[in-house]
Amino acid sequence: MTRPMVELRGVHKRFGALEVLNDVNLRVGPGEVTVIIGPSGSGKSTLLRSVNHLEKVDRGSVLIDGELVGYRRAGNRLHELPEREILRRRARIGFVFQNFNLFPHLTVRQNVTEAPLSAQRRPRADVEELAARLLDRVGLADKIDEYPRRLSGGQQQRVAIARALALEPKVVLFDEPTSALDPELVGEVLDVMKDLARSGTTMIVVTHEVGFAREVADTVVFMDAGRVVEQGTPGQVLDAPRHERTRAFLSKVL
Amino acid sequence: MAIPPETVPPAAARPETMSPATRPAPPAPPPEPPSATVPTAAAPAGTDGEALKVVTARHPWRLVSAVAVLVLLAMAASALITNPAWEWPVVGEYLFAPSILRAVAFTLQLTALGIVLGFVIGTVVALMRLSRNPLLSSVAWGYTWLFRSVPLILQLLFWYNLALLYKQISFGVPFGPSFFSIGTMDLIGPVTAAAIGLALHQGAYAAEIVRAGFLSVDPGQLEAAAALGIPRTRQTFRIVLPQAMRAIVPTAGNEIIGLVKGTSVVYIMALPELFYQAQVIYNRSGRVIALLLVAAIWYLILTTVLSIGQYYLERHYAKGASRRLPDTPLARLRRILAARAASGTPGIGGTR
Repeated sequence: MTRPMVELRGVHKRFGALEVLNDVNLRVGPGEVTVIIGPSGSGKSTLLRSVNHLEKVDRGSVLIDGELVGYRRAGNRLHELPEREILRRRARIGFVFQNFNLFPHLTVRQNVTEAPLSAQRRPRADVEELAARLLDRVGLADKIDEYPRRLSGGQQQRVAIARALALEPKVVLFDEPTSALDPELVGEVLDVMKDLARSGTTMIVVTHEVGFAREVADTVVFMDAGRVVEQGTPGQVLDAPRHERTRAFLSKVL
Repeated sequence: MAIPPETVPPAAARPETMSPATRPAPPAPPPEPPSATVPTAAAPAGTDGEALKVVTARHPWRLVSAVAVLVLLAMAASALITNPAWEWPVVGEYLFAPSILRAVAFTLQLTALGIVLGFVIGTVVALMRLSRNPLLSSVAWGYTWLFRSVPLILQLLFWYNLALLYKQISFGVPFGPSFFSIGTMDLIGPVTAAAIGLALHQGAYAAEIVRAGFLSVDPGQLEAAAALGIPRTRQTFRIVLPQAMRAIVPTAGNEIIGLVKGTSVVYIMALPELFYQAQVIYNRSGRVIALLLVAAIWYLILTTVLSIGQYYLERHYAKGASRRLPDTPLARLRRILAARAASGTPGIGGTR
């Protein structure tokens, strides 16, 4: 196997007495789509947030393209990096939130261009052109000068995806991207994500959309109580689960 | 209140919900024009083809209350105008007197100093208070505690009398040698003392206002900014502060207007601000009421200007916040005039 784009090794995380992540190991190859499913409270979102160091892990390591995100390694110790350096590395990891978290006081264009301009210091002309291209790709070229609150939920989430892509990330993380949407708007967001998956973007997606997992995932990971219970191709995990807990979960959501 | 009941629009057509023709088409269908007749489809059975006229409900108590208020207003106006003890000619004489105008300018200057310095201090203190460093946070809390607890008038007297406590102020290495010293009296004159006192006092209140603004912003915004790798100061000033301003501006407006009038306490330092100047003049001329009126009129004017400024500032920071802002009063007036000019039929009906 080639060097993984994202690798988690023995990751542990606890909130007080609660073990949220318990020895999680995960490898995502370049261009692969990994879908994480599992009951709520199983640690899916925490896992995703620890990939870009929004959550600090207690033990274990997270590597993006062979590079630690929040730390510098010296011998057997991990030294936490200064915030500026973490922000710089994080800019190569796209993150799409459940609640979009668009900046409401900035236009769609400014939402997309803000981070490439301020975090990556790329020339404005390039960034403006990139923003126009990305918004066209998610089907919102005509909304470029609107404010986010004038858009539907599905449109807002597509802007958020364009905003994440504007950093030209190595991997894009999706945290339940369709859970806050009205049912008839889910499809338009999933279509954009399928298009991304086909174009070779490395993606880790936490979702309840089993149909999406079946269609585009290379790997499906089932988590429960902070552990990876099983992982494999969609055929293996969704159609012929080996574990009782996976079967019980799938019988509820399918 | 002065609207005659015949022209009171029905509830469905209040100005806020009206959709004027001059605007681009709104996303939602525009509300029915109030004078529209009910289409036949909605008519009761047996009357097809017949357009029914809508008669708006009458509100007799509105007429009664409007008349009552008008009568009271007229009584108040008459009491103000007809009683010679108000000495309106004297008011007119002093309203634009050079000494009064100078005092107004000085009041404005003190207010501006107090507000600008106060909010700079307040922003720093608020950021300290929200910082993860417990020492900074405690110091910020202590600052707010101290300067909110001591009455402004006492603080001003302390600054004014600082020379009694410290004759010299030295600049140099802390606890070490000093490079040069200045006499406190020379460094902190009455005007500086007043500005420092107002700014420090105002800073304590401003800190809480700014902090409230920061707390009102959804934490998801900071998380998104962090996830995008936006640098820390940029997160504060580009992402959070503009959103916090929506909560800050109305309360800050209160504070600024409070300070315009609050500057009058510096009269105890014999500084020629508006209220002090009015007192000086009436002590000389004996026209007490007239000069108090002059001062009151100027405070009214200053407050009015500030209130209008606040209205537009709030609109500026509301951009992107609500789906559509109501028109400004000026825009509404312009629309009414344009509609009248276009239709040639004066009256409220012509503005729709």
